[in-house]
Amino acid sequence: MSFRTIATTRSAMGMPTGRLAIWWVLVSEVVIFGGVLVSYIMHRLAHPEWADQAAHTNLWIGAFNTFVLLTSSLSAVLAHQAAEQGNGPKAARFLFATIGGGAVFLIVKAFEWTSEITHGYTIQSGGFWSYYYTAAGIHATHVLAGMLIMIWVAMSALKNQDLHRVENIGIYWHFVDIVWIFLFPLLYIAK
Amino acid sequence: MATTHPAHAVESHGHGHEKQSFFKKYLWSTDHKIIGFQYMFTGMAMALIGAFFAYVFRMQMAYPGEAVPGFGVVSPQEYNALVTNHGTIMVFWVAMPVLLAGFGNFLIPLMCGCDDMVFPRINRLSYQIFFLSTVVILASLFVQGGGFGGAWTAYPPLSSVSEYNLTKIGATMWVIAVALEFVAFLLGGINFITTAMNSRAPGMKAFDLPVVVWMIVIASIMFMASVGPLIAGAVMLLFDQTLGTGFYNPTRGGDPILWQHLFWFFGHPEVYVVLLPALGIVAEVMSVFSRKKLFGYRLIIYTVIATAVLSFFVWAHHQFIAGIDPRMANVFTVTTVIISVPIAETCFLYMATLYGGSIRFTTPMLWALAFLAEFLIGGVTGIYLGSSGADIYLHDTYFVVAHFHYTFVPIAILAVFAGIAYWFPKMFGKMMNETLGKIHFWGTVIPFNLIFIPLFFLGAAGDHRRIFDYTHFPDLATPELQAMRIFATLSLVVMLLFQFVFLYNFVHSLIRGRKAERNPWKANTLEWTTESPAPHGNWKEMPTVYRGPYEYSVPGRPQDYWPQNEPS
Amino acid sequence: MMERLIPGASSFSGDIDWLILLVTVIVGFWFLLAQGVFFWLIFRFRERPSVPALYLSAQDKVIKRWLSAHYLILVCDVFIIAAAVKVWVDVKQKRPPADERVRVVGQQWTWTFVHPGADRQLDTPDDIVTADDLHVEVGKTYHFLLESRDVVHSFSVPVFRLKQDAIPGRQIVGWFKPTRTGDYDIQCAEICGIGHGVMNARIHIASAADHQAWVRQNTPAAAAAGGGS
Repeated sequence: MSFRTIATTRSAMGMPTGRLAIWWVLVSEVVIFGGVLVSYIMHRLAHPEWADQAAHTNLWIGAFNTFVLLTSSLSAVLAHQAAEQGNGPKAARFLFATIGGGAVFLIVKAFEWTSEITHGYTIQSGGFWSYYYTAAGIHATHVLAGMLIMIWVAMSALKNQDLHRVENIGIYWHFVDIVWIFLFPLLYIAK
Repeated sequence: MATTHPAHAVESHGHGHEKQSFFKKYLWSTDHKIIGFQYMFTGMAMALIGAFFAYVFRMQMAYPGEAVPGFGVVSPQEYNALVTNHGTIMVFWVAMPVLLAGFGNFLIPLMCGCDDMVFPRINRLSYQIFFLSTVVILASLFVQGGGFGGAWTAYPPLSSVSEYNLTKIGATMWVIAVALEFVAFLLGGINFITTAMNSRAPGMKAFDLPVVVWMIVIASIMFMASVGPLIAGAVMLLFDQTLGTGFYNPTRGGDPILWQHLFWFFGHPEVYVVLLPALGIVAEVMSVFSRKKLFGYRLIIYTVIATAVLSFFVWAHHQFIAGIDPRMANVFTVTTVIISVPIAETCFLYMATLYGGSIRFTTPMLWALAFLAEFLIGGVTGIYLGSSGADIYLHDTYFVVAHFHYTFVPIAILAVFAGIAYWFPKMFGKMMNETLGKIHFWGTVIPFNLIFIPLFFLGAAGDHRRIFDYTHFPDLATPELQAMRIFATLSLVVMLLFQFVFLYNFVHSLIRGRKAERNPWKANTLEWTTESPAPHGNWKEMPTVYRGPYEYSVPGRPQDYWPQNEPS
Repeated sequence: MMERLIPGASSFSGDIDWLILLVTVIVGFWFLLAQGVFFWLIFRFRERPSVPALYLSAQDKVIKRWLSAHYLILVCDVFIIAAAVKVWVDVKQKRPPADERVRVVGQQWTWTFVHPGADRQLDTPDDIVTADDLHVEVGKTYHFLLESRDVVHSFSVPVFRLKQDAIPGRQIVGWFKPTRTGDYDIQCAEICGIGHGVMNARIHIASAADHQAWVRQNTPAAAAAGGGS
């Protein structure tokens, strides 16, 4: 069981500390992804020939994964709602649905990358592919990390404990979703 | 989720305390004070290593080709590794952990009047990741090929292609160590920011916080906002090193200058990240030892925020001649020179605190005053480098080295010693020896100037950086210039020898020092209202705050200080 | 001031030295003023028995007037910026027409110079290629075409006050005009590996007659495909 310091329970800003903290985490994450994406965009603009490589990404897989992530964000919202009502087990079920969505996303990506690699499009295949795998790879790491933390939160929620964490991990998940919303057009649609 | 507003009478420290083993109490602790000490002691140990490296490479420059006592003959490869890791260690493993995480961890919960940080276990995790990063960077020095030798700036393709740097494993481990260090400080920063924002004592408004807390919080925010692109860049560098990608390699369609932008976009705000806690410490010490209200508290915060924001727009002054579009250089000259305005304002505000004060020259005060006088030199010499036309000549010379040591040494050494001397009683329950403190002070500050003033002239005369031996350059291999290099080196040796005075004072005071009372300096801030040393949980009953932290020498009051937690 | 430390040998070294002097004067003024005030303050307000400290707020008029010094700093900054931009534009953005061009190639760990030879054209059979020795004629305006074969190097000629990084994958063009004869150091100004400290080269600035003599003596046989000196 978690012990709580007095510090954690105070809220001079009027916002619960967990929520305040997760927003600051997102600030640092925005700049991480911002760094990768701005570098990519600038280089893409300087290298019009990259469009030849970009033509080989699979728009439909990308679109499917976008749909999966958006749906998983929906279940995260529903989990939050259940947590607000004090229904831990229900929140946990919705969290598991979100985790499931993340798993589908990663599995589809695994197949997608395997296919691309066996067709000869590796991370060394050129500038476009270097950015493609790096940006999506950093994103996928964040999806995985989010899933693991979400499992931990869901296990507590099942016992009706620490329900405030459902909202916080939900905020994180929405962010991961939003990053993908930027990646999808940049890596799949821009051809 | 309803916000919880504590009625402080029922606040209770959330866990019971059975007797803890040494391991649990000191190595696996979640107590912010212990974690602060872990960061501080690790940083101090790394400072010894960084200082040793400086000793070795300066001896090589003073007596080229001769065996350095305690090291041996320095090869060019070793020289580069020493210079690289001196810079890397001093910035990331000394300045950051001691100033930001050491003082930040120790002070913030105490000064906010609460029992610990908001997320103690994440706090512990942050140190553990930091410790891991320390192991990695030190291990990188012993692998095949030796430590990375491409300077702390690690420009590719030198840093990304092992055929160029000849330190394949060392270079990769260097990147991993730095990346881990970044993650540790991101985690730590979350605690500093949320604790200071949310966990203040009842009655404590934001502007009742001591300035040092503001400084550490602003620095943490700056760090979080600036390090992201470099984390991305470091991942890309790692991939170039290990996977053969071409982010920075022109032969594979990449661009070396991309790294430079990503690095310096972080690198410039980073120097202000370490400056701010130092400024905070100096403000606290100056106020207490002039018995005077800190002048312009809010103005100081505003000018520092202005400096912080501006600092995000100056980065390419490190790249004036790097091959960027020359027109861009003009933009960055403007922003860089203009940043002198808010910084000068901050300096003047600090001096205004001294005006009308009753100044006691205790050891902490000596260090704080030295900070102001020396940092001023660092600040004004930056103008030469921010002026693009002059930087054409001065870039990559020892003028730059002297400039940044005149900022970094006040930050990472002078202000740190001020903070240690000041808070030692609260940290360890003992008083440090004042006489030894003063001997250490003069034995550090005087040689410091004797090391770096010659370097300004050497740089202006044409000494370039990271050159292991000037005997190959006829214009530089003159007896006069070499005499200056030797003089600087010997001054360094003297300065390093005086650090033993500090080490002795520190250890001896820990064991045998005079017992410290609660508030030996008669200061106002909350940490001085609890026992010395501060106990686990900080207070049995959390304090309430009634006023700001700088009410010294208030007219009409019997005492010249007025603690924040006294009702009236 | 700078000439005492190192001679100036280009048409713009004087401008850069002048800029450094200007910064020194302005910055020196503020530095001495600030240090003077600082030491006066700690002397004047040292602790004396039964003299309590003042209690001042930021509204205090006297101090506010002193603090408005930062407006004056802003004015000084504008002067410095104007001077710096002027020098920068003259050296790095403008390029007077070239009398001759030289190719400067940096690599681990040597500088290769390609001189245009007697026909004053680069990339012709009479080009003179040297390692670590650059020969130029006083009073002539040169464009240098700067390249790197591997990592980032930096072409630095201190007596010219000239510096320019060499980036692999690019050719960067700069210029200089030597104004006095002599032999001086060329340095690499960006760490480039273990041989960074031995990437020393020399520039030989000669009179027209001496330089032409050097060209004649070192021109490779015109029929053969280029060669080194």
